[in-house]
Amino acid sequence: MDYALAALAGLFLTVAIYLLLARSLIRMLLGLVLIGNAINLIILVAGRLSRLVPPIVMGGETAPIPAAANPLPQALILTAIVIGFALFAFLLVLAWRAYQGLEADDTDSMRVAEPPGRPDPPMSY
Amino acid sequence: MNDMQQSAVFAADWLVVLPVVMSLAAAALLVIGRGSRDLQWGGALLAVASVALVDLALLWRVLELGPVSMTMGNWLPPFGISFTVDIVGAAFALTAAVVTLLLVVYIRLDLPERAREEGAYPLILLLLAGVSGSFLTGDLFNLYVQFELMLISSFGLMALGGRQVHLDATVKYGFLNFLATAFFILALGLLYGLLGTLNMADIIAAAAAADPVPLAGIGALLLLAFGMKAAAFPVNAWLPASYHAPPPAISALLAGLLTKVGVYALLRSLGMLLPATRDLLDPVIGLVAIGTLVIGPLGAIAETHLRRALGFLLIGGIGATLAGLALGNEAGLAGSIAYTLHAMLTITALYMLAGLIEAMTGATDTRQMGGLYAAASLPSILFFGLMLAVAGVPPFLGFWPKLLLVDGGMARWDFGADPLALCLWLAVLANALLSLIAGARLWSHIFWRPGHEGAASELPNADLKLLGRRARWLGLAPTALLALFVLVLGLVPEPLLGFARDGARGLLDPSGYIAATGLPEVVR
Repeated sequence: MDYALAALAGLFLTVAIYLLLARSLIRMLLGLVLIGNAINLIILVAGRLSRLVPPIVMGGETAPIPAAANPLPQALILTAIVIGFALFAFLLVLAWRAYQGLEADDTDSMRVAEPPGRPDPPMSY
Repeated sequence: MNDMQQSAVFAADWLVVLPVVMSLAAAALLVIGRGSRDLQWGGALLAVASVALVDLALLWRVLELGPVSMTMGNWLPPFGISFTVDIVGAAFALTAAVVTLLLVVYIRLDLPERAREEGAYPLILLLLAGVSGSFLTGDLFNLYVQFELMLISSFGLMALGGRQVHLDATVKYGFLNFLATAFFILALGLLYGLLGTLNMADIIAAAAAADPVPLAGIGALLLLAFGMKAAAFPVNAWLPASYHAPPPAISALLAGLLTKVGVYALLRSLGMLLPATRDLLDPVIGLVAIGTLVIGPLGAIAETHLRRALGFLLIGGIGATLAGLALGNEAGLAGSIAYTLHAMLTITALYMLAGLIEAMTGATDTRQMGGLYAAASLPSILFFGLMLAVAGVPPFLGFWPKLLLVDGGMARWDFGADPLALCLWLAVLANALLSLIAGARLWSHIFWRPGHEGAASELPNADLKLLGRRARWLGLAPTALLALFVLVLGLVPEPLLGFARDGARGLLDPSGYIAATGLPEVVR
């Protein structure tokens, strides 16, 4: 199972990098979502997978038994999903506003902050 | 073990989380009170001033007791989320709060009314919460959360104006920084898989026993992630593409604080947590540092847009801090810490001054500036002094960290033992010289030349508009105060250098840091 999930995470990363190399903002956004999911899978696998015993501490004990599943990666992933979703939502709106304002989904034509045809360095002094 | 669980959190240790809690609470209150602009401004001033006071108290406490720690929810340290602060974190947090306080004064002058109504003040406080949290946290995953908090508020601040240039800059800034935090959390997941812990003090113990080869891979990922954040050389293109777009006050805030958090995270993670990775990574960090040191000021020399040129000078400074990390000895790390503190003050002051210069000349391009020396002597003196500080000329603060770096380079080079250290040593000196050239040219173009570039350069500049009374008090006064800090700390450098040296010692030998969390001592 670990190997299958690791391979899946690798596949996600590959696709994500391919999409991030695109010029279209929407493709790049999808790439960011995929890279986030790949990383979440990696965290899940890194925290070892098991479906043996739920990590519940029985009455009278102070710790779960050693074979119990690891709950921490799930907490980490949940946090990462929430944060990633918030940032993704912001970037999506930003891309939409940029598309409205700049008439461009193509990063090559987004040159407002850095106009093409830069002037020569100042020649005096 | 159990008595730790049952012992109540020592009351004064709440100081450790107070800066973050106060900033977050104040941000929420300011959103509620968004109807009144004066109330928002006054409230933000009060909140940031109290955060600065708490940071001062925290620094005091750390100076007296050594590192202080607080773990949430009374869980045992490696499990609960710890906030652990040593002298580096405390000094950085205090400097960040002081810089933010002066910027909140300045922003009243600079920001268009509409942007203020749309919530600049709550966003600034959220940014301060993220920055303070990054400096104070003792948990790597919590550092990620603080990074994201900082990131989302900086997105908001950068896009606040809503004009095309702001959106364009935010897209570039946003995508690359989001990607950087993605690399960070990737490294974090792998580190957790390898060591089974994310508490910084616990990582130190676990990493000492772990296989250094996979650790080096994780260290490389962290270097990429934090290097992107800090705008280190091969991944620095987003900074000059975005930092000049928002209004000057916002630029100053982002330039003064954000990249420094990246540097801090590098010092903390590679300098303290994973020292074993450095055998493999030091040459890489060294090359990155040399590239950054040289590219920064060269970019500034070639640039005609004032705030873009300042952005390149900022990048050069990041190179200096990376050089200290690559040297890795006490003088190098101390130089790195001191340089970061210096850069927070100096770069913020320069961006603030750039805003005033843009207001006076009505231009953002140095080719359309000129003649300010005769018209406004105080800004020209401030700019001159701050440029000397950036280059590292003696009476100013910038000199001392560079001296420490040069000292550390000499110690590590040891006349032939380590050629990389010699290259770093030369690059630090080259950076000082190139920064001086860039600064002198900027000063000549903005202040010394009577008019615009071109045929009419000897005719007086007709577009100059002098600062009004309001702009002098809200704009020039905080800028001059920051510049005064840079001068006074340069004349009396001992306290700051003492912090830096203590901090470097703490990074190299983190036993005090570990003891503060209550975890057992590690033998390294």
